[in-house]
Amino acid sequence: MGSIAGKKTDLYQNHVEANAKIVDFGGWDMPLNYGSQIEEHHAVRTDAGMFDVSHMTTVEVTGEDAKSYLQTLLANDVDKLQTSGKALYSGMLNEKGGVIDDLIVYFINNEHYRVVVNASTREKDLAWMSEQAKNFKVTVEENSDFAMIAVQGPNAIAKTNQVLSSVQQEAVKEMGVFFAVDSEGYFIARTGYTGEDGYEIMVPSNQASDFWNKLMKAGVKPCGLAARDTLRLEAGMNLYGNEMDESVSPLEANMAWTIDWKNESRNFIGKSALLSQKESGVKNKLVGLVLEGKGVIRSHMKVIVDGECIGETTSGTMSPTLKQSIGVARVPKTIGESVMLEIRGKLVPAKVVKPSFVRNGKALI
Amino acid sequence: MSNVPSDLKYISSHEWIRVEDDGSVTIGITDHAQELLGDIVYVELPDIDSEVAVEDEMAVVESVKAASDIYAPISGTITEINELLEDAPETINSSPYDDGWMFKMQPSEPSELDNLIDAETYQNEIED
Repeated sequence: MGSIAGKKTDLYQNHVEANAKIVDFGGWDMPLNYGSQIEEHHAVRTDAGMFDVSHMTTVEVTGEDAKSYLQTLLANDVDKLQTSGKALYSGMLNEKGGVIDDLIVYFINNEHYRVVVNASTREKDLAWMSEQAKNFKVTVEENSDFAMIAVQGPNAIAKTNQVLSSVQQEAVKEMGVFFAVDSEGYFIARTGYTGEDGYEIMVPSNQASDFWNKLMKAGVKPCGLAARDTLRLEAGMNLYGNEMDESVSPLEANMAWTIDWKNESRNFIGKSALLSQKESGVKNKLVGLVLEGKGVIRSHMKVIVDGECIGETTSGTMSPTLKQSIGVARVPKTIGESVMLEIRGKLVPAKVVKPSFVRNGKALI
Repeated sequence: MSNVPSDLKYISSHEWIRVEDDGSVTIGITDHAQELLGDIVYVELPDIDSEVAVEDEMAVVESVKAASDIYAPISGTITEINELLEDAPETINSSPYDDGWMFKMQPSEPSELDNLIDAETYQNEIED
C-alpha cells in the first residue's frame, strides 16, 4: 500500500508505541485515536487527557510596531493585553470580512507577541501575516523549536503539576485562565479546546517525548484528534473550515464577541466590510441542535422549516457525554425552537439550543 | 491483525455471512470493518419482513466520525434483526461475529451464495 509520508511531530514515536491509529491531518501524521475515542473523550471530561498539538503553528511577532501591527491584523484588540502572559482569542479577517483563521495571541511585552494559528491554514496564514507586515517595523517568524501538548480535564492541572519542576510549579501557582508563563524553557498556558480546565504547554523539542511519558505515568491518558473534535463540539467551540472560513463573516459564526469596536480610530482589516454588514443587517447565526429522533447529525445536512431549506449544519456527532446526537447549524436569526434535519433522505426533528452543550463536565442542555 | 473466522463467508464491502442449518443466513460486519470505523454509536437496521435485492443499501452503521452503508450480500427477506444494537451499538466493536450480528435473512436466490468469498480470499483482500 503506497502512502506519502507526512510531517512528524516530536511525539510521533510515542504515538506509534501507544498503538495510535495515525492519519494525515493538514500534511501531518497525527494520532486519530489510541483504541477508543469515546474512552479518551470521557477521560478528558472526568479526569485528564492529553493531546499532541505540535502541528499547530507558532508565530513570533517582534519589533517596535508589534502592537500596532496586530491591532491592524486582528479583529480583537491586543490593547486588552497589558500583563505579560495574557492571552486573547481573535479572528484574522480578510478585507471582505471573511475569516482567514482564528488564533490565540499571547502578550510577552510591547515588542513581542506570540501567535498560535491552526495547522491546516499554516501556509496562507504565514503568507498573509508577512504581506501585512510590510508596512510595519515588525518581524514575523515561525517558531519550530517546540512541541505542544494540551493537557485537559478536571484533574489535568493537578496531574501536570506533579511532573513540572518546583520552579515551574511555583510559576503556575497563581496563574489565571487565559494566561501563560514562561518557565525554564516551557511556555505553559491555561488554555484549551475541550471545555475543561487545563494547560497547553510548549515544550522544547528535545524534551517533548520524555515529558509526554512523565504525564502518562502521572495518569494522563493520551487522546487523539477524534476525541478532540467531539470535545470541542460539545463545548460549542468553532472549528476552522467547519463553522467559519474565508467566505463566512465572524458576525454569522458566533464570533461577534471577538470583534473589538471600542477604539473607533483603530482600523483593523475587514472592519469596513463588517460595518456595512451590520448596517444592512446580519441575517444568520450559528445555533446548536439536539436531535430528537434517530440518527446522527453530520456536517452539511439540510435544515428544514415548513418544508423549506433554511440552512445547513456545520458540524455534528454523537455526543459521548450526552449520549444524544448534537450539531451546529447556520440558520436565519429568526429561527424558532425546532427544525427538521434531512438525514440520509429522511426528515428527523431537532431542538434548537445555544451552541454550547457541555462545560466543565456538566451538561448545559 | 483482524480476526477472520474460516467458517464464515464474506463480501468485499466487509460484511460477513453465516449460512445456518435451516438455510437462513445471519449477517454482520467484520472485525476489520469495526476497526476501520472506530467506536460505533448508532445502527439503523432494516424492517422485519422487508424484501431486499443483492447489493441494496439496507442498513447503516455510524461511528463517531462517519456513516457507513451496509449492503445486502444476497437477495431475500429480512426475518430477524438484532434489537440489542439499538441500545448498545458498541456491541459490534466488542463482538462483531457473535453478539454484534445485525440481521437474519431468508435467501430468495440461493445461487447467489456462490458469489460470496471465503475467509482466505477476504483476508487477502484486506491485507492488500
